[in-house]
Amino acid sequence: MQLYLPIADIPVNVFLILAMGAAVGFVSGMFGIGGGFLMTPLLIFVGIAPAVAVASVASHIAASSFSGAISYWRRRAIDPLLAAVLLVGGTLGTTFGVWTFTFLRSLGQLDLMIALSYVILLTTVGGLMFWEGLRAMLRSRGGGAVTLRKPGSHGWIHGLPLKLRFKRSKIYLSVIPVVVIGLIIGFIGAVMGIGGGFILVPLMIYVLRVPTSTVIGTSMVLTLVTMVFATMLHAVTNHLVDAVLALILMVGGVTGAQFGARAGQKIRGEHLRLLLGLLVLAVGIRFAVELVIRPQDLFSIRETGGAPP
Amino acid sequence: MRLRTLLVIAGLAVASLVAVPARAERLIVSVSNHRVTVTPNYSGGELVLFGSVEKDDKTPSNRGNYDLVVTVSGPRADMVTRRKERKFGIWINTDSRQFLQVPGYLALFSNRPFEQIASPEVQRRQQLGLNNVLLMQRVGPDFADVVPNDPFRSAFVRLRSEHGLYREATSAVTFLTPTLFRTGIPLPAEVPIGTYNVEIKLFSEGALVTKTETAFEIVKVGFEQFVATTARQNGLVYGLVTAFMALMTGWMASIVFRKD
Repeated sequence: MQLYLPIADIPVNVFLILAMGAAVGFVSGMFGIGGGFLMTPLLIFVGIAPAVAVASVASHIAASSFSGAISYWRRRAIDPLLAAVLLVGGTLGTTFGVWTFTFLRSLGQLDLMIALSYVILLTTVGGLMFWEGLRAMLRSRGGGAVTLRKPGSHGWIHGLPLKLRFKRSKIYLSVIPVVVIGLIIGFIGAVMGIGGGFILVPLMIYVLRVPTSTVIGTSMVLTLVTMVFATMLHAVTNHLVDAVLALILMVGGVTGAQFGARAGQKIRGEHLRLLLGLLVLAVGIRFAVELVIRPQDLFSIRETGGAPP
Repeated sequence: MRLRTLLVIAGLAVASLVAVPARAERLIVSVSNHRVTVTPNYSGGELVLFGSVEKDDKTPSNRGNYDLVVTVSGPRADMVTRRKERKFGIWINTDSRQFLQVPGYLALFSNRPFEQIASPEVQRRQQLGLNNVLLMQRVGPDFADVVPNDPFRSAFVRLRSEHGLYREATSAVTFLTPTLFRTGIPLPAEVPIGTYNVEIKLFSEGALVTKTETAFEIVKVGFEQFVATTARQNGLVYGLVTAFMALMTGWMASIVFRKD
């Protein structure tokens, strides 16, 4: 069934978009991430302009992270104070990100920047996750207990001032690294059209040493708010959010996420991290290959300014 | 001197208007639909242009071999064509050429190849064929069109043609009788929204006899129109509604799939 998208200005197959939403939703439910890093490239692949894809995916991630956040809230797996502090940075980062996005778009290098940041970010994060997952798996096979949180080890991060007690997570931590992490996630989320969950979760675990019980729920709250905010900003500044496209993605996404979450509970944590690492790495490599091999067509056309309608 | 020439030309023009009120031939044309509406299930379409050549008593009696060229041009926009080059091991956009106010859709139809209709000089003057249509570009400090085999111009025409947005068909116009003709105007799904001008030129023995113009528009209606204008004019409200929709969808999902 073909449907004409009012902002993207092209007709798409509804079932294809629904299926894409569901598939990405499944992955996101399974790993507790937004899935934007998969959704945006897929949309670009079916012919939607990168700028519209980035802006519309933001609202799709908002929907899936809201449904996730509700269920984590019921299980009391969200640290409200930690989420609030992260949000301070996240909001600033998103504003700066949307501004950068508009600027890059005017320069005509947006596609390159999106592709480059995907390559750098995904291969690094994916590689690290894969490596960590592999090591954890080997360690658990060797008989040792897998501990993510070593109570005795205090890095320089724990020596920073402005400390705050995060009760639900049972940690005592400076707000500076928390705000900075929120800022980074908000920025890359707005520029790349990703929620940033797959970066935020490892950062919270390894840098802030937040216990795994509250990590995913709290990261979902941050994703939710930054993505709602990004949707608003993209709608106001670039007018590129396609609500019809977003709605189809959301319906597919939230449905897929439920099944993904059930599947995810059957898999062991380190296996899950290894799989996610592989997935992130694969997407990153795919982007890298595209940049390195000679493109089929060296020329491309982009509309720079239409006549006023 | 210059002013005098102008005056003479103007005088001649007025004189010709007064003296010859009707030309030898007249073109009467119409398109099958002057308003193409983009609905949710829009996936392209085709319009039909039909018309006839009206002769009057001033028409030379031996005139019969008419040639017809139809030019359809869509809403104009600035575009930029970029060329990728290998830099630091990756392919990035380096060179670019700006195309100024070029049509988003451009189709040229005729009843036989352009070179059989008119001489190269006339082809160029009357902009017959994609090679001869004026595509204004910013070349250094100048605004000009370039030779047809310029890499940027030919890449631009080729890419637009691959999407069906630029086309040239030298057998698309059919004469049903010596004076009655028709042609189809195919519109791919991704045609730009806006007003389309159709210019019909009648040639005989290699010279332009007369021309006429008509137009049609492609518009979004109903829901599409509403969404597109709201997004543009009330960005804040649009963003709020979209965000609210996202929250509602998420909330609905958490209720529908609640495990208990």
